[in-house]
Amino acid sequence: MNKNFKLEMRKICKIFPGVVALDNVDFELGEEVHILLGENGAGKSTLVKILSGAYQKTSGQIFLDGKEIEIKNPKHAQDLGISIIYQEFNLVPHLSVAENIFLGREPTLMPGVLNLKKLYNSAQKILDDLGVEINARSLVKDLGVAQQQMVEVAKALSLDARILIMDEPTSALTEQEIERLFATIRDLLKKGVSVIYISHRLEELFEIGDRVTILRDGKYIGTHRIDDISKPELIRMMVNRELKEQFPKKKAAIGDEILRLQNVEKDTVLHDINFSLYRGEILGIAGLLGSGRTELARAIFGAERIDSGNIFVKGKQVKITGPRSAINLDIGFLTEDRKCQGLILNLSVKENICLPSVDRFSKLGVVNRKKEVEAADFYINELRIKTPGMYQKVMYLSGGNQQKVIISKWLCTNVDVLIFDEPTRGIDVGSKVEIYELMNKLIAGGVAIIMISSELPEILGMSDRILVMHQGRIAGEFSAEEATQEKILHKALGGD
Amino acid sequence: MQQKDFLIHYGRQFGTLIGLLVLSAILWILTPYFLTVSNLLNIAQQTSINAIIAVGMTFVIITAGIDLSVGSILAFSGVVLAWAIQVGIPLPLALLIGLLVGLVCGLVNGLLITFGKLPPFISTLGMMSVARGAALLFTQGRPISGFSNTFRFLANGEILYIPTPIIIMIFVYFVAHYLLTHTKLGRYTYAMGGNEEAAVLSGVNVRMFKTIVYGLCGMLSGLAAIILTARLNSAQPIAGMMYELDAIAATVIGGTSLVGGEGTIVGTLIGALIMGVLRNGLNLLGVSSFVQQTVIGSVIIFAVLIDMALKKSKK
Repeated sequence: MNKNFKLEMRKICKIFPGVVALDNVDFELGEEVHILLGENGAGKSTLVKILSGAYQKTSGQIFLDGKEIEIKNPKHAQDLGISIIYQEFNLVPHLSVAENIFLGREPTLMPGVLNLKKLYNSAQKILDDLGVEINARSLVKDLGVAQQQMVEVAKALSLDARILIMDEPTSALTEQEIERLFATIRDLLKKGVSVIYISHRLEELFEIGDRVTILRDGKYIGTHRIDDISKPELIRMMVNRELKEQFPKKKAAIGDEILRLQNVEKDTVLHDINFSLYRGEILGIAGLLGSGRTELARAIFGAERIDSGNIFVKGKQVKITGPRSAINLDIGFLTEDRKCQGLILNLSVKENICLPSVDRFSKLGVVNRKKEVEAADFYINELRIKTPGMYQKVMYLSGGNQQKVIISKWLCTNVDVLIFDEPTRGIDVGSKVEIYELMNKLIAGGVAIIMISSELPEILGMSDRILVMHQGRIAGEFSAEEATQEKILHKALGGD
Repeated sequence: MQQKDFLIHYGRQFGTLIGLLVLSAILWILTPYFLTVSNLLNIAQQTSINAIIAVGMTFVIITAGIDLSVGSILAFSGVVLAWAIQVGIPLPLALLIGLLVGLVCGLVNGLLITFGKLPPFISTLGMMSVARGAALLFTQGRPISGFSNTFRFLANGEILYIPTPIIIMIFVYFVAHYLLTHTKLGRYTYAMGGNEEAAVLSGVNVRMFKTIVYGLCGMLSGLAAIILTARLNSAQPIAGMMYELDAIAATVIGGTSLVGGEGTIVGTLIGALIMGVLRNGLNLLGVSSFVQQTVIGSVIIFAVLIDMALKKSKK
């Protein structure tokens, strides 16, 4: 065994009924940040779940410091110094930070009686050592996403983690918060903690990673030093096809004005919003988290009432009183949080696609099921939704395919305006391109798209026009040609 | 496709059905009288009231709600109905009044939940007490008894040798199944329970449809009140005690998830039949009613335990 590696996984196989999730995968981890890269369904999560004890491998060997080990369960993994931070945090919202950090391992005075002083002091010490400004006594629910993540990191450290696995840690963070996180990761490295880092965002891999291992369809593709590899090469290894461009933008003919907002106000979140949207264009909306981007989308869709101002659709002034009235005006909204707001996870692909259109498919309250099936069938083929059938529950679909289901559900209502809030968050590279191509197709058909995104490359790559929001106001407008990352950020941060 | 649809929807019910058949087989071995036509009809007849209430409960539970007031609504509807008949209101109109009382109580539940934003547990707990009190007040605590044979036919009559309550029950199940699988209301019932926020953002008028669901549940309690009153030839203000728990049990045994978004009418029918068969069987075996309670409670827990284990293994 190679003594230089803290952890080695050899010929790991994991077979689920009917699916080979991992097929002879090798992985090794030294004193480094090791990126695990692959499309959704490539086996990244399965691999780390084997490490964290959530799954049992079917075959293969795992060595920790050169000694072969069997990881029996999550507790055992923790005892071995392996901690994992999932995308969705495992924190109890109504408990304090300290209680969360020591959950299940609380210091006691005597059996059953907590040593509160020690609890808070030790938790605070860990947080201070981490260099984060979090009070150990605050409740987790009062913290922001980035801070909650730090609580997870603190929890891992309190477990004496030597190997920290982070699953898409930056998907909900702002640029500044990502910088902070990276600083923390570099700090952890110095303290002897190795990090396995799963991400879809290629940009950040180059910033934080030392080496990268690529998986595809459950197979091991290769391990490389980050310095020795380029972005196109990585993408090719991930998807096994050359992606000419990450953003396959095609311009469409710009048509009539379809939506206009005039002096729209909403107390504390939106101020003096004025803009027009035209058929055939993608209007990108950039801005930091909390700049009012999502509130703007929700206001247009009627999910939130505006205090004053006028909205015009196809030249006519309208009053949007709720999602139903927005849908009747042919407006659709893809929320940033697909699982909580976009989909009904335990219903089928068909039911989700047809939900907003049930009205159209019914007469006197009776649904024409044939029409539903036809519609679902059509969109599954048209958008190439990968599912065993239209009766599959959407919870079993990958992120990219779930997003396609949501797009289908709006196409099914014959939308003219489609608002995408973070259209590709948590979606793998291959599916991202498919979503972009769908957008191209939509605008070519005369639909107008509003695309809210935190990812500047996406904004720059796909928009025809870009609005930048800052503190509830539109702080700037750029054409695709004149926009640059610097200009947008400058406006987003409140510069003139 | 069609076949797959069937399997996904009814795979779970298949298990419950096997449970019902195994239970019946055991009882048949233990007491041959169990499997006679007259006993089976007897079971169906005794099950009908709980089965009808459980239909409303199934709708409510699929929306991720609960209705604790069905038993009290039944009592209140029953006494108003009895009063209407006795003061000489024509029977069809009196029956309608009985249903209306249930409907209105249910709608009030729905409005409190949707517009008042009360948790269903609280608003229906309140209604449970209010409707019970109203029934007692209305009758001064005394039962109203003695009805015409025409009215009593609704419980004791037979059409083609089949007792009327069974026919009513079958009718209710057909309509409810159709509502849940073929109508907008049904689609939205699942959607509201599966993810209310996503349903709102898909343009579903959640307030209206939820209110309708609670109204429906109340109205079915009113229907159950008609059958019960006709059967007992008496409307009791204290009727229907604990009926909510039987209805919830039938629904849950039938595979409807208390978290919402999942459940079928067929499942609930099987669930109600399991409860009925069990009661009947224990009676035939001469098991004391104290033991019966314990056995039935254990069966509920056991059924849900198995269900959860099966769901876990599917993952």
